Amino acid sequence: MRRADICVVQIAECFRDDADILCNPIGISPIIGGRLAKATFANEVVMTDAVSVLAANIIPLGDSSAERVIESYVPYRTIFDIVWSGRRHVMMGATQIDQFGNQNIAAIGGYEKPKAQLLGLRGAPGNLINHRTSYWVPKHSKRSFVANVDIVSGPGYDKMKTLGAPANRFHNVYRVVSNLGVFDFSTPDNRMQLVSVHPGVEIEQILENTDFEIEVPEKIEESRLPTDSEIEIIQLIDPEGARYSEVNDE
Amino acid sequence: MPNKVLTEEEVVSEIQDGMTIGVGGWGSRRKPMSLIRAIIRAGRKDLTIVSYGGPEIGLLAATGQLRRAVYGFVSLDSIPLEPHFRVARQTGSIIATEFDEGAFYLGLLAASHRVPFYPTRAGLGSDMLKMNPELKVITSPYSDADGEYEQLVAIPAFDIDVSLIHMNRADKGGNGQFLGPDLFFDDLFAMAAKKTFMSCESIIDTEDFLTHGSVHTLKIPRIFVDGVVEAPQGAHFTECPPDYGRDENFQKFYAATAKDEELWKQFKSRFLDLENHSEYLKSLESFRESQ
Repeated sequence: MRRADICVVQIAECFRDDADILCNPIGISPIIGGRLAKATFANEVVMTDAVSVLAANIIPLGDSSAERVIESYVPYRTIFDIVWSGRRHVMMGATQIDQFGNQNIAAIGGYEKPKAQLLGLRGAPGNLINHRTSYWVPKHSKRSFVANVDIVSGPGYDKMKTLGAPANRFHNVYRVVSNLGVFDFSTPDNRMQLVSVHPGVEIEQILENTDFEIEVPEKIEESRLPTDSEIEIIQLIDPEGARYSEVNDE
Repeated sequence: MPNKVLTEEEVVSEIQDGMTIGVGGWGSRRKPMSLIRAIIRAGRKDLTIVSYGGPEIGLLAATGQLRRAVYGFVSLDSIPLEPHFRVARQTGSIIATEFDEGAFYLGLLAASHRVPFYPTRAGLGSDMLKMNPELKVITSPYSDADGEYEQLVAIPAFDIDVSLIHMNRADKGGNGQFLGPDLFFDDLFAMAAKKTFMSCESIIDTEDFLTHGSVHTLKIPRIFVDGVVEAPQGAHFTECPPDYGRDENFQKFYAATAKDEELWKQFKSRFLDLENHSEYLKSLESFRESQ
């Protein structure tokens, strides 16, 4: 069993309860995982074709000529309207993430004159303050799971505590899926907590590769293995194996 | 029907040093590139670009004509970060005013509707407010069901002198038609600016619009357009579906020039230091033959 397939299934699990909201995964493994959820245990999930329509059918990754069963028209302007309506669950990447779920995709080394310009804030500030958000981090290390993020693109729970009610009422960092495990923020003070460890990964490996203290509950589950039919569907969605270039097996 | 047909050069004569230019399209999609290249030829400087950014920001930064960029992102889509923009940011050669992507939409909308701002939650708790200390947080004048008065970010109306947009079709009077999957925010750019100039793949008779697309594609009324330029492949190398896709080969070549001064000089002399758009098309033809 390849680690990338386990990750895709855990990403799919993030969208299990998302009937009738826009499931909006961004990036290779998130898109595969979202489409897997829709093809299997979350049929009612609503997804875009990654261009401008909501497609009822399952489309292979990056196949711009694939036939689409179009449910609705959602140009970019409508996506922002949906963000503000709150009926959306986005999964974004995070170059850096900290113990309260603050995410940085903007830049490394300050924003006046960054050492490394990254993607920018993109839609993260609006996403986090309006609706449920999850993160996908394909390389779990002390460089990605950091004590402090350089720039806050998507605000975490400590920032929301400072902000207070009512501004914080729609904020929900639901899950973080990495190549090593799955995490949530269910401690009383909303710090990152281990939910499950991927098969073949030791808890020590996670702790050693994280630059803050992750809460480890007494009973830890192992992330479930994909079923045979899930593997078949993943293969249909990603026949070229793009997911394997994102996740290695160590 | 008025006749608003202009050349690229006539459009550029309306643009002065130090102006703020709104640019339609999105990333590397349906950008008015022939008009951007005309600005580069004319040497206009100290410009501010307001856009969902693509190569217009990278090019004007690389030629030293850009003072400030106001943007939701700057991307070439298949290349996630615009490479010349990356250089400009990391060397500090431009002033960057970065918004949340949705908040940027509200700056355009406020300008279009002639109100000073639109409120949003986007930005609260993130570093968007630290990055833009001029942004104000306001308190709602209305209480919610719990008697609370919500804090919101006031996104100011963008002050745009001239907007440039590119459409698939237009008529001589300045009505524009988009035939691709997304209008993006081009109607708002047209409304938000003091003046708007529109390039298009081809100028057609008004009565022929509906043979090209449904009535829903006619989203740019001439009341918001001051001039029309016919520029076939005017969005090159960005995509302009259904007329053409993105020229990925050319885009890769352009991207490589950000890391190689010699290659940039070659690119500049082959594709920017030219007389006009038809010279560009000829140069493009020979580039394609050499591929």
